[in-house]
Amino acid sequence: MNEYRMLSTSGILGYGYAEESLKIGMTWEPHVIGCDGGSTDPGPYYLGAGKSFTSRLSVKRDLRLMLLAAVAARIPCIIGTSGGAGGEPHLQDTAAIVREIAREEGLSFRMALIHAEQSAETLIHYIDAGTTRPLARMKPLDAETVRRAERIVGMMGPEPIARALDQGAQVILAGRSSDPAQWAAPAIRAGLPPAPSWYAGKMLECGAEPTVPKEPDNIFLRVRPDHIICEPPNPIRRSTPLAVANFALHENSSPIHHTEPGGMLDTTDCVFEAVSDRAVKISGMTWTPAETYTVKLEGVERAGYRAITICGTRDPVLISQIDDYLETHRSKIAIKAAAFGVPASDYTMVVRTYGKNGVMAGWEPETEIRSHELGFVIEVVGKTQDIANAVVAMARTSMLHADFPGRLCKEGNMAFPFSPSDIELGPMFRFSVFHVVAPRDPYEMFPIEYETV
Amino acid sequence: MPRIKDIAQICKSKNAGPFMVTIDVLFEDPHLYRQVKATGVLNAALFAKLYGVAEADVLFTPYDAASAFKATLPRLVPAGDIGDTDVYGAQQHAPLLDVEIPLNTLPR
Repeated sequence: MNEYRMLSTSGILGYGYAEESLKIGMTWEPHVIGCDGGSTDPGPYYLGAGKSFTSRLSVKRDLRLMLLAAVAARIPCIIGTSGGAGGEPHLQDTAAIVREIAREEGLSFRMALIHAEQSAETLIHYIDAGTTRPLARMKPLDAETVRRAERIVGMMGPEPIARALDQGAQVILAGRSSDPAQWAAPAIRAGLPPAPSWYAGKMLECGAEPTVPKEPDNIFLRVRPDHIICEPPNPIRRSTPLAVANFALHENSSPIHHTEPGGMLDTTDCVFEAVSDRAVKISGMTWTPAETYTVKLEGVERAGYRAITICGTRDPVLISQIDDYLETHRSKIAIKAAAFGVPASDYTMVVRTYGKNGVMAGWEPETEIRSHELGFVIEVVGKTQDIANAVVAMARTSMLHADFPGRLCKEGNMAFPFSPSDIELGPMFRFSVFHVVAPRDPYEMFPIEYETV
Repeated sequence: MPRIKDIAQICKSKNAGPFMVTIDVLFEDPHLYRQVKATGVLNAALFAKLYGVAEADVLFTPYDAASAFKATLPRLVPAGDIGDTDVYGAQQHAPLLDVEIPLNTLPR
């Protein structure tokens, strides 16, 4: 095959796209359409809680148009990292939406669900076999960390997705998958070399990001043996060498070495050339197969329960002494919490001060406050939700009513925008597993289930 | 002396996984990029100083193909953990904007 065509509808399933883009894109005769369902980017909560960071209504709208288009064109529709985090509840929720759409639209197709959530027993087996290794600054993985985790997913490569295509699935819902894998799979399976196939996947994973103006929409990639062409279907957008180069740097620690489950994509010698005023040709990428096939693990553990409150001050006397005020506030809360039976060891309180260093915290180089108002988000993480709620309630009252030198605003120091003022955020999760494992093959961690919808 | 914000077309930050943040500076004009690169001002030591991290913890890579510089460093707090201020890591680029680049000739 000399050209394999792929259409990605958006950056994330549920972020939306122009219906007209998909109509135009389908006339360019893609061999496959799809969308990435998620990422770790929205933080650890969604993986832990088993919820999506996108709304069901919006996901259903995006999916409905895609399923209708794919069935009409008799091409596969592939969703990567289903449900935002790609765990079992995320996968099942996405499958339920697909079945619902099929019923409503009278569609029928063979669907594959590729599971990515990992059981503690499986992972402990890998630990015992000595095939796990830490990433970033994590400690080596141990059985206790695995058992403590709320949920752990493995990040699949293209192989299980290609196998589902081999088995005749037209709609494929993958659990957690490497972002480009859902695109590399069909392109490599069609006979294109891995280097342009993986690079195309990197361009497709975020929809219209490699375009200007950049916002969630379709992107269309042509994969050829030694290069790829990137072009957005929507006539209001253009792919330019700068937009493509910008996106080539996206969310990776290195701009030249991109580690994937079965190898490494090297972009050192890439060339970005405009082939029209709205399409860019990318060539020069290389692919080096890895000696050992590795799968990344992502897991979170429960770190407590969170409650927050939001307020702001417009008082110049208070703003001029805000650091002292917050320090006094902290010690007052400790005393009052201890009085109702909550020792300081049972909670953590963090006050973010917007207008000072609320965005960059310890990295903020500006020391002088120039704002006439300051905003505060008070976060309390407690051992239980009751503890978090009680401490945040006390923190709210104390922020409002505490005295300070030179105080004129004797009725209250803070403006609270909401009633209720305290917001319960529920369980709080933190990333606890960020490791790689070397399975015996690319499939054993990712069982595939087929059904006729 | 021009600052990054005067001459770069893109200056941005984002997570590279939950434990790292990556900061990119891109130039549309490859000639200007090469001039900036030749000054040697952008390097791992600069990022270490701006962000208060050890130089050994900064992965700094000029990327000629994209006329870009990339620096990746450990986040202060992992994404979404207690005290994190920027779950997506999308607003950590500002200290770079005011870095002065001693160019002999001002960009066109």
